[in-house]
Order: sequence, then structure tokens, then C-alpha cells
Amino acid sequence: MRIIWTIAKRELNAYFASPVAYVFLVIFLLLTGFFTFTAGNFFERGEASLAAFFGWHPWLYLVLVPAVGMRVWAEERRSGTMELLLTMPVATWQVIVAKFLASWVFLALALALTFPAIITVNVLGDPDNGIIAAGYVGSLLLAGAYLAVSCMTSAMTRNQVVAFILAVVVCLFLILAGFNPVTDLLTRWASPQVVDTVAAFSVVTHFDAFQRGVIDSRDLLFFLSVIGFALFATGVIIRGHRAG
Amino acid sequence: MIRIENLVKSFGAKRAVDGVSFNVERGEVLGFLGPNGAGKSTTMRMITGFMPPTAGKVTVGGHDVVESPLEAKRLIGYLPENAASYPDMTVKGFLEFAAELRGLGGSKRKTAVNRVVELCFLDSVLRQSIDTLSKGYKHRTCLAQALIHDPEVLIMDEPTDGLDPNQKHEVRNLIRTLGKNKAIVFSTHILEEVDAACTRAIIIDRGKIVANGTPEELRDMSALAGAVTLSAHGATAEKLSSVGRVEDLGGAFRIFPHDKSRSPELAREVVELVAREGWKVEGMYSERGELDEVFRRITLPDTVKR
Repeated sequence: MRIIWTIAKRELNAYFASPVAYVFLVIFLLLTGFFTFTAGNFFERGEASLAAFFGWHPWLYLVLVPAVGMRVWAEERRSGTMELLLTMPVATWQVIVAKFLASWVFLALALALTFPAIITVNVLGDPDNGIIAAGYVGSLLLAGAYLAVSCMTSAMTRNQVVAFILAVVVCLFLILAGFNPVTDLLTRWASPQVVDTVAAFSVVTHFDAFQRGVIDSRDLLFFLSVIGFALFATGVIIRGHRAG
Repeated sequence: MIRIENLVKSFGAKRAVDGVSFNVERGEVLGFLGPNGAGKSTTMRMITGFMPPTAGKVTVGGHDVVESPLEAKRLIGYLPENAASYPDMTVKGFLEFAAELRGLGGSKRKTAVNRVVELCFLDSVLRQSIDTLSKGYKHRTCLAQALIHDPEVLIMDEPTDGLDPNQKHEVRNLIRTLGKNKAIVFSTHILEEVDAACTRAIIIDRGKIVANGTPEELRDMSALAGAVTLSAHGATAEKLSSVGRVEDLGGAFRIFPHDKSRSPELAREVVELVAREGWKVEGMYSERGELDEVFRRITLPDTVKR
């Protein structure tokens, strides 16, 4: 546990040691603001909820989370510090978990900085803050799932751009599997069971419940399994890379 | 301390390391020589547990590197190739990070960091971030990291690569001092380092060990070893051939003993011959043999050999 903390602390410091963290935070906040208030017609909706805010998260994270996750392993491989880290008396899984947690904490911080949105709806109306809280939990899990996928693609290559593109493609698949235009297309030639199975793999399907204020154990399990699976795959990829 | 048995590493069809076996005991400094791509780094990566071997066994201090990696890694300090470190960290932060990963906390961490800072002369750059350092300082920072837990086994991949002559000298002295009570393996392709720091050297070529011995023993493998070079007014190859095989260097002669075991007598015989003939000697010396000649002879493919 202490080793995980040591590595996670170093990773977090590394974010803030470069301007990347600040640039990311500013862009994230600008984009959430734009999508919520302009593209999401926040005021015209005339309702005291953050639906306009959360609805965009699967798409917003699609670009922003891989940008955070792409350097996690690729940079370590490129600079050769991976060799240094993995010859320390630490287990590989500890490093994988520590690196993931550090980036997740960073994303949580970015998400926490959107608190003015909560204040805004509470000032303007009388929203159900339980639904908003569930939305934040869902959003954080969504970011975690994308991040775990980004860590996995980052371990595949020493090139951050390649890691970024691969992560976007995989995450895009995770969205599209449950995206209405795609499921409508599928229903034309596939049986409803097939459509449901495909949709069950989508983050959108599971994220929707959180937006409605429902924290279902199945949705929770879905996100945690995606994170668990992607981190496990990261371990396999790193072992494969070391075995040569 | 380090036992390596029949180590093999394959990358696809290529065997990078092919049946390497050797031991290193406490108090030994082993120089690991070989041309680029001979398998030096790969062997070191297997000793430090970064890469699992395809076949064979590595034990460090009695712990199998594959079966009980954490116990083995605890005993090892490792300086990887190119001395990789985190550029965004300060020297102090980096060393503290390494100490914490080694399980040193609180006052122990402080003592450990102070010790290696002194050992590697890092005092003046302690609060500087690593990417602002010169190559020599970066290198020493990474070396300091390898020494932070005062390891019993020290593995260094080209520890003097990219250093200036003064820094090379310092690092070699450091290796020699540390070698008194540690088991050290370091790779290099600078042959003078073998004389400067090693108690034993191994030459590896295309994944196989081709020579293993003290620097003296390796030098004796040289064709030149035991020869006498003479430049003297009046000397002729014809006369000299009575004591040994003669090579005319143009202005000087090099005399090789007919039988290598007789080389100690050769110099005396040449002196006696010179006295008998009344030649005026301008210079005369016994050859010790040159390591780079040995190195070239055993690592060059047959087609390139002279």
C-alpha cells in the first residue's frame, strides 16, 4: 500500500510539474461550460437539473481522458524509466494500480472544479441534489473506464500519439455500441437480443442510469469490470513486452 | 552472490543470449565486455529481473530472480543503460522517491540520501530539476539511485558512457572502492576500464562467452604478449632469428618467442645477443600484450580478421 502511495504521489506531482495539468484543467472547464450552457441549451430547457451538463460527458471524455492517459506508460517506455521502475522491489500490478489511481485522482480534481454548475442550478431553481450526486459518481466511473482503456493502449507503444488514437478508437466503440443512431441501425437486421447484448457493452447505456439518479449495482459492476479488465490487460501487455 | 546458469534469451528466432554461465562473488568487480549487440544489456536485464529468461537460471544472494523477484531485487542496485531518470523531478526528489521504493522512510531516508549525495558529488545540484543537468550529473544522479540502499550487488550498464575523462576517472575509482565488499558487474566497451577497475573480465560475442579471466590472463591471450621490441644500430633480422621469430617493423624489430612459455627468458637472450654483437641499443621493451588486440581477435567474424 505504501509503495502504491509513493508511486501515485510521484505521478501526480509529475502532472503538476509541467504546464500540461493546467492546460488540461482550463480546456476541460471551458469545454464543459460551452457544452452545458451553449450547445446543451441549459437555460432554454427551463429545468433545474444538470442533464445538459452530464449528457455531454461521454463525448467530452472521449478526447480529454485519452489525453491524460496516453503518457502513463508510453512516456515511461520511451525514456527508459520503465526499466528503472520495474527493477525496483515492487510488483508490476502495484505500479499499474498506482499509475491509474494517480491519473484518476487528477480527473476527479478536474471534475470537482465544475462545482459552479451545481451552485448555478441551486441558485436558479430547486434541483434534486441526489440526482446530481449520482451523476457525478457516474461521470467519475465513466472517466475511470476511459482512463483504464487509455492506460492499456499507452502500454502498447512508446509513441504517445499512437496511444491517444488507439484509446479514442476503443472508447468510441464503447460509446457507439449503445448510441441511439447505431442501435436503431442494428435493429433493422439483427434480433433484439443481439442489439441488447451489443448495447450492454456501451458506457452510454450504463451512464444513463446514473444521470437519472439511479445507482444500480449492475452499472457499478460494469464500470468496475471495464477498469479491472483494462488494467489486467495492461499487465499482460507489459509482461509480453518484457518477455520480448 | 550472483549465479548464472545456462542463461538463454531469444527474441523471435534470434538468440540474443545463448547459454551464458558465470558466478560473481562478494569483493569481485566483473567487467562485461563485448561489441554492440553482443547481449550485454540483455544479460543484465535478466539479472535485474526486468526480463524473464527464455531458459536458464539466475540467482542473486540465493534468491531465484524469476521465482522470488522481490527478495532478489532488494539486494540489487541497478544503473540502466543511458541512466534513465524522471526529468521533471529534482535530484533530491528523485533520490527520496528511490529510497521510499526501497522501503527507507523518515530518518533512514534522510541518512541514505545524504550518503549517496556525498558519494556521487551531487551536493551542488540537489535542488535542480534533472532535465536542467549536464549529462555527467544526470548519470551520477542515476548512479546515486542505484546506491541508495547500499546494495550487496551492483549492476551497471555502461556506467562511464558519455562522461568526460575526469568523471570517468571518478566513476572508476568509485567502482573500485565499492567493489571491496560488494559483487559488481558492469558493462563497457572501453578496454582501459578493465585494467582500471576490474578484478575479472568476461568477453561476450553474439550471445556466447568467448573469454573469461583476470585482465592479466586476457592480455596473455594476445599474440603480442611476451614479445620483445628492439631498435638497435647494427641489428639484423638474420642474427635475431636465432633467439625467436622476427618481424621487421622498419627501424625496429619485434621478436616473438618460439614457445610462449619461454617468454621470460627471451628478453635476457636478446640482451646477451646484443652484447655479443656489440649493437648500439636505442630502445628495447617487453610487450605486455594489448587487450584491444585480444578483443578484436576473438570478437571479429573470421572474414574480417587480418
